[in-house]
Amino acid sequence: MSEVLLQAAQLCIDVPGRSDGSELNFAIQRGEVWGVLGPNGAGKTTLLHTLAGLRKPRKGSVYLAGSAIQRLRRRQIAQQMAVVFQERSDSFPATVMESVMIGRHPFLSAWDMESAEDLEIARAALARMELSGMEQRLVSSLSGGEKQRLAIATAMTQQADIWLADEPGNHLDLHHQVAVMSMMREQAAQGNAVLLCLHDINLAARYCDQLLLLYPDGNACWGDASIMLQAPALEKLYRQPLTVLEDQGQRVFIPRTQRHTGNEN
Amino acid sequence: MAAASYHTPRLLPALALLSLGALLAVALSVSTGSVAISTAELWAVLQGEGDPLHHTLIFDLRLPRSLAAFATGGLLAVAGALMQVLLRNPLADPYVLGLSGGAAVGALSAMLLGLGSAAVSGSAFIGAIVSAITVFGLAHGTGSWTPTRLLLTGVVIAAGWGAVVTFMLAIAPTESLPGMLFWLMGDLAYARSPWPALTTLLALSLLLLPLGRSLNAMARGPLQAAALGVAVKPMEWSIYIAASLLTALAVTTAGSIGFVGLVVPHMLRLILGNDQRLILPACALAGGALLTLADTLARTIIAPEQLPVGVITALLGVPTFLLLLYRSR
Repeated sequence: MSEVLLQAAQLCIDVPGRSDGSELNFAIQRGEVWGVLGPNGAGKTTLLHTLAGLRKPRKGSVYLAGSAIQRLRRRQIAQQMAVVFQERSDSFPATVMESVMIGRHPFLSAWDMESAEDLEIARAALARMELSGMEQRLVSSLSGGEKQRLAIATAMTQQADIWLADEPGNHLDLHHQVAVMSMMREQAAQGNAVLLCLHDINLAARYCDQLLLLYPDGNACWGDASIMLQAPALEKLYRQPLTVLEDQGQRVFIPRTQRHTGNEN
Repeated sequence: MAAASYHTPRLLPALALLSLGALLAVALSVSTGSVAISTAELWAVLQGEGDPLHHTLIFDLRLPRSLAAFATGGLLAVAGALMQVLLRNPLADPYVLGLSGGAAVGALSAMLLGLGSAAVSGSAFIGAIVSAITVFGLAHGTGSWTPTRLLLTGVVIAAGWGAVVTFMLAIAPTESLPGMLFWLMGDLAYARSPWPALTTLLALSLLLLPLGRSLNAMARGPLQAAALGVAVKPMEWSIYIAASLLTALAVTTAGSIGFVGLVVPHMLRLILGNDQRLILPACALAGGALLTLADTLARTIIAPEQLPVGVITALLGVPTFLLLLYRSR
């Protein structure tokens, strides 16, 4: 399963007012989970949008299953790629079911109505994200975490080969963070590929095969997660001292805070 | 919940019910007036029998006006629904981009010059289109447009047109003032032939039908829509052009009638949900029925005098809308 699904070639993302930084040359293969780590403003979301073909790169190209993404029609892209955005706008009232069904849009022709099969796919996605029974609730009445799970369920109904998800753990409690990350691993196990922008180093350490570290100056490095997860590199990335613990062969990173002198003595 | 929990099964019954309502509205409208026509007489005339006077009354006088009212209401409601999706702003209405102001300046100029009703209609249409192009061009600016920019540009341009209209009213000779005021509040007495509006309504409704699901995706914002496979730019252009054309035709047919374009889409969303495949045709039917009824009232309440129909749409629409909003979740 070494088929390349998404490839960045001499890619420079376009962050206004920033120098080009390093060119990105990486290939995401079937069965892989990639994590993108970086501080606020490093360009994680810009990278994700560029990889999704939603934003023009400053230089270089993105290839989706071998085709230059800007040559593909949006519909063709959406049939292969699901995107979970960090921000969503819901200006109009919609029910959970109406909302999740929109993920079938790329597969239906203009005159098609959703079939029983589409409904089944949507139900299964809602069940997987533990939203069953909420089909008729208005999206605006959901909690932040429920909205996040709804966005992920919507992407699930696209049954995509490649997932791009921007902070999928946002607003989620620990149980649902684990549930979402396990679902992403399952996607990879089924031969799909996943790229996640993450804030949580420990989620990245636990669930990602490959990591891309994105620095605020536009430089980047990427590689095998076991190699990339070194405290000095991460401390430099986040400008934050870290304590590293080992638990059952798993490295855990904890931010080290400055002790308040005075009280401690 | 059972399999019927999804909304698509609602589509046909809802549209059938609305079509029936629309038909009843038109029937009521053609039977009401200085000479009342009973249901039996109406049926006889429709069969090609009955009183020839009734025949003339219905087919030559009342039906064209009823159909013009229906088409105008439908055009405005569909245009409003489209604008709300395009700008992702529930406050958007067909006039938000200054179309009615442009049309008013056009129509009032023609009236000031003492031109006939054909010229009034023509220059109203030109005014509306000029306004739509100006707003879109200016909102585009040197960068790309955003809903906020488009909205702000529209509001400012509308204010500009408003000033010109006030100026024209101030310098207008007294005898042409009532006509101008009626035009500004919307008046179907100006409606000439209902057919351009009616055929456009039908044609655009059919054209928009297959775009319904894409519009649903657009309602979630351009990024989401693009990720779901919608070609966002062409889609935005089509919505903008369609909505402008619909509004321009409506304004040309009957002056600037407020309220229909804002309230009908919202009323229907509160009842039917926000699936554009259902909402757009429902808007055409419900907007048409509402304006037909409003026009019937406008010409009968203080007959033989007529009220501007915009007064009635607001008087009917405000309480209905507030009630629905109050009772909604």
